[in-house]
Amino acid sequence: MRGSRSFSLNSSPGFPGEGDRAKRGGGVLRSQRGPSTRLRLVPLPCECRGGFKRSITLLAPLLLTACDGIQSATGGDGWHGERFNSLFTLFMAVTGIAYLLVLAFLAAAVLRRRGEARYEEAGSEAPGERGITRTLIGWTAFIVAGLTILTIGSYFADRGAARAAAAPALEIRVTANQWWWDVEYVGATPQKTVRTANELHLPVGVPAHIILASNDVIHSFWIPNLAGKQDMIPGRVLDATLTPKHIGEYRGQCAEYCGIQHAHMALDVKVESRADFQRWRAAQLMPARLPATPLQKAGYTYFMSRECSACHAIAGTPASAQVAPDLTHVASRKTIAAGTLPMTRGHLYGWVADPQGPKPGNNMPYIGLEPAELHAVVAYLESLK
Amino acid sequence: MMPEPRFTADLSGLPDHAFGHRALTWWGVMAFMAIEGVGFAMAFAAYFFLMNHQDQWPPDPVQPPGLLAGILFTLVMLASEIPNTMLKKAAEKEVIGPVRVGLVVMTLIGLVLFVIRAFEFGSLNVGWTDNPYGSVLWMLLVLHTAHVLTDWVDTATLTALMFTRHGESSRRFGDVSENSLYWRFVWLTWLPIYLLIYWIPRWVP
Amino acid sequence: MSGERTDRTELRDGAGLTGEILHQHLARTWSRKPGLIGWLSTVDHKEIGRRYMVTAMIFFALAGILGLVIRAQLARPDSGLITADRYNQIFTMHGTTMMFLFAVPVMEAMAIYLVPLMLGTRNISFPRLNAFSYYVYLAGGTMVWVAFLLNVGPDAGWFTYVPLAGPEFSPGKRVDFWAQMVTFTEVAALAVAVELVATILKQRAPGMSLARMPLFVWGVLVTALMIIFSMPSIALTSAMLMSDRLVGTQFFNPVEGGDPLLWQHLFWFFGHPEVYIIFIPALGFVSQITETFCRRPVFAYPAMVLSLVSIGLLAFGLWVHHMFATGLPRVGYSFYTAASMAVAIPSGIQIFCWIATIWLGRPRFRTPLLYVVAFVITFVIGGLSGVMVASVPLDLQFHDSYFVVAHFHYVLIGGAVFPLLGAFTYWFPKITGRMMSDTVGKWTLGLLFAGFNIAFFPMHMLGIMGMPRRVYTYPAGMGWDTLNMISTVGAFIVAAAVLLFVANAFASLRWGEAAGADPWEGSSLEWATSSPPPAYNFAHIPVVSSRTPLWDEGDGLPVATGLKVKHRENLLTTVLDAIPDLREPSPDPSIWSFVAAVSTTALFIGSIFTPWALVWLSIPTTAALIAWFWPKPGGALEQEAR
Repeated sequence: MRGSRSFSLNSSPGFPGEGDRAKRGGGVLRSQRGPSTRLRLVPLPCECRGGFKRSITLLAPLLLTACDGIQSATGGDGWHGERFNSLFTLFMAVTGIAYLLVLAFLAAAVLRRRGEARYEEAGSEAPGERGITRTLIGWTAFIVAGLTILTIGSYFADRGAARAAAAPALEIRVTANQWWWDVEYVGATPQKTVRTANELHLPVGVPAHIILASNDVIHSFWIPNLAGKQDMIPGRVLDATLTPKHIGEYRGQCAEYCGIQHAHMALDVKVESRADFQRWRAAQLMPARLPATPLQKAGYTYFMSRECSACHAIAGTPASAQVAPDLTHVASRKTIAAGTLPMTRGHLYGWVADPQGPKPGNNMPYIGLEPAELHAVVAYLESLK
Repeated sequence: MMPEPRFTADLSGLPDHAFGHRALTWWGVMAFMAIEGVGFAMAFAAYFFLMNHQDQWPPDPVQPPGLLAGILFTLVMLASEIPNTMLKKAAEKEVIGPVRVGLVVMTLIGLVLFVIRAFEFGSLNVGWTDNPYGSVLWMLLVLHTAHVLTDWVDTATLTALMFTRHGESSRRFGDVSENSLYWRFVWLTWLPIYLLIYWIPRWVP
Repeated sequence: MSGERTDRTELRDGAGLTGEILHQHLARTWSRKPGLIGWLSTVDHKEIGRRYMVTAMIFFALAGILGLVIRAQLARPDSGLITADRYNQIFTMHGTTMMFLFAVPVMEAMAIYLVPLMLGTRNISFPRLNAFSYYVYLAGGTMVWVAFLLNVGPDAGWFTYVPLAGPEFSPGKRVDFWAQMVTFTEVAALAVAVELVATILKQRAPGMSLARMPLFVWGVLVTALMIIFSMPSIALTSAMLMSDRLVGTQFFNPVEGGDPLLWQHLFWFFGHPEVYIIFIPALGFVSQITETFCRRPVFAYPAMVLSLVSIGLLAFGLWVHHMFATGLPRVGYSFYTAASMAVAIPSGIQIFCWIATIWLGRPRFRTPLLYVVAFVITFVIGGLSGVMVASVPLDLQFHDSYFVVAHFHYVLIGGAVFPLLGAFTYWFPKITGRMMSDTVGKWTLGLLFAGFNIAFFPMHMLGIMGMPRRVYTYPAGMGWDTLNMISTVGAFIVAAAVLLFVANAFASLRWGEAAGADPWEGSSLEWATSSPPPAYNFAHIPVVSSRTPLWDEGDGLPVATGLKVKHRENLLTTVLDAIPDLREPSPDPSIWSFVAAVSTTALFIGSIFTPWALVWLSIPTTAALIAWFWPKPGGALEQEAR
């Protein structure tokens, strides 16, 4: 349907077909490809089937920019993503043909009578009404057939998605809060349970069962590369199954408007090999490192005795409140405050000094640490690898 | 510029009022009944939606509403249709005496209903802030009371009007007839509400 | 009273009373008093309709400015132009204003103005209710905008999901203003819907059977019925939200066993038909314009009517497709997918029939018809992306992303605003007596069309690239920067086009070419009276014997006579065949609808602050309604308030 605009971007399908997927398999890390997204102007082999090929080519601009990136619906990096891509192709083909037919008929109708437009008196009842009536019947039949194909395709893709929920090997509880994600890897015993925040690690190829809940308002769990979204509704428990296909780093983001900092509620997703995942999980299971340097110790003391421990938990310490993100291994994470800032010393300073600056309205208050206290707290947090 | 008119029909012989669907007011009343009917239907849907979301209806330890006031209200409501029908017929025959009597009777019945309604609120056994069950029961009863109240104001105004010289106008009889029609709507909508408030909480396991 | 007693001898129009003398009599009977009181007392559907149009367009401009602010903020990543708190109020007000204060009212405004003229009657039914509805609408819109300017604007999105909008997560009065604004606009919209249904069913010109109604009137009839069946749902649910917030009910509170999804069901049961309530009158504009400028009746009238009716019915079966991500039972989804897609059938038939009309007719490509062409090109994109979001697996990706933002702007701007601007251009000479500049009109459309596509097409891609809607900012490096910048540029081009449109309208009002009664050689009855029409619309009631009476009655329109000229009187006809049945009086101007509206406004606004306002302020409101209802000595016989 976007065919009319294809001329403006001379390019290729860039459609994530088989070849594309093969290329990016084999453990290539997304993050290694540099800037997450850019226009691909080099033609890629198009694997799309026969008759659709032409129309798909015309639709390419839409997908062109979209098929790549850490937060892309056409990323096709999960089991659902593949289904999505084939279904989307089908929809683009059918709707594209419909749109071209409408445009062609419109253009023909407009051009046909253009020359006569000046002669207001010309012509009586136009001929050819019967032909038009037949065409209308044909057009209606085409719409009905097209919609039937799309409904059936959509139904099977959805049913496939529901089946994929079978046999999960990993259970993860994700609970949304204004404006961060509480993530819990359910273990056989409470001691084997890993708690983290704003970060999801998944082993490649393993179906993970995600149990979704909310502590306050409605949020929506959305990692476009891996699957469609699922709302998180207070008072209800919903679930989703993710089966990542490719190793890489992705980004999810809350998709239901949830209040003032809805924009800063991202979820870093890392899909890794099973071995890497087990290593990560084992590391996360460890209690927090003890403060080693005097500065870290001062930070520890401040943390445990002042405001911080009223909300945050650090495993292996007296801090056990669960109102705010668990900080046991906070320094091992990619970002601060649900994707608001990259995890660097500078940003950690900025965040602890004034959380209301980068993320105004969030629930972490401005405390007004003395410089010495700030140095100490940041040093301690940095040690929590 | 304007085409010259061709006179093809004379309307001066047409009547200037009629009862029922020939009159504009009837359509207005029907449309408002449709609006309010949809509102009630949505409220019923909300009731069942909330009920399905609960394990118990009413939730423990709330008791279902006491029955007496509700039964009394329903009986008076049903009985009021007798004078209401007489009033409607009298209005359509355009006889002022019975219409005046009927309107006074209906106004008085309204007052009786308000008294019983007050006892109904008192016998709900739940506050609107207690839980969704309480909220939805109060909502249904308040919604219905609002209808009884607006119709009562309408009836009282018409009663006053029919005792003035305006009462002799044929068109005012039309208004009385529509008002009686609306009263039917008010008591008909009460019946499902009565079931939802008093009986569903008793029937649902 | 006097009118009735002197029935047989009362002055009536006819062969003996026509032309200038009749005009003087009727003008005196149907005009209102001058001055402020007279202005506030008017019950003329044209005057009220014009006020509705102007007010709705002002809200359109205000919401458009908010749209520009949104685009300015999103032009660059990590922009600090406006704060998160302000942004959230702005996008909420943008959506709320566009949906509740612009789109629905402007469509009703057009219907209020045009329908009585198209039907050949002298005034809308229940004209005092009509005036009341306008003041209530104006008050509701003004209230929410004043609140916004005072930094207590609603900030929970135009669909105001609970529990975010509930008492715990939205303390303060912001959401209350939103909920009460809904009450205001629902009262107004429902009142207008009742008037339009009654007018269309009972006040058609003799001979205008249902099968001879102009397609716009069909659209309005379907729309008005949809309003009657959908808006009570939002009125109820916003009242439930208000009571949760103000008196502590527990409808939506999950902690006490309430359910947030109840809000979504009740909201979308209204919210989805709402889109069609905006869109179906626009289809009517397209039909009228296409017919006139192609100089032939719209192809396949019965198919067009059936399409309108079936869109209206299907619209009530779709609401769940806004809730595919809420975890409802999957079996049910297939039904809503199929129903949502099925809307494409009647829409596709209509698109075909308009193009076929161009194909078969002798089109004149004046500005209004070019708007129709632009409408087809853009709206079909929105319709097809609508087919996509009807599919569950696709919707789970597109839902709440910029893809959906693109989709509904294509539907609402392409599908409703383009036809609306075409309709303004088309009926401008009827309303004002002057033509709009065709040259400027074409430039406006070109600019608008380009700007619109530049602004909104990239949003499809942004959505697929994972950009969620309603974010006040986004980080750099997501690949969203360029597309957002392009979109912002497009938005400003759209703004320039709208300014050009407004400038053209004002200039034409002053210097435009005089229009005459029928500048476009239209087929329907509104072109049979002068431009602008006199207060009484038609000197004699026109009689109709075809769908295109002005084209088929070459030597002057046949008319019926015999209505009173000293008192306001309307002809009522039968519902199906429009056979003359009754002469009913039509209400005189009255200040009481204004007074009642003021009192109602005080009641609604007061109840935000204390529930006792409902009790105390209902007393003056009732008094005003009784005064409105009470017959006036010497006046025409009165209608009742309903």
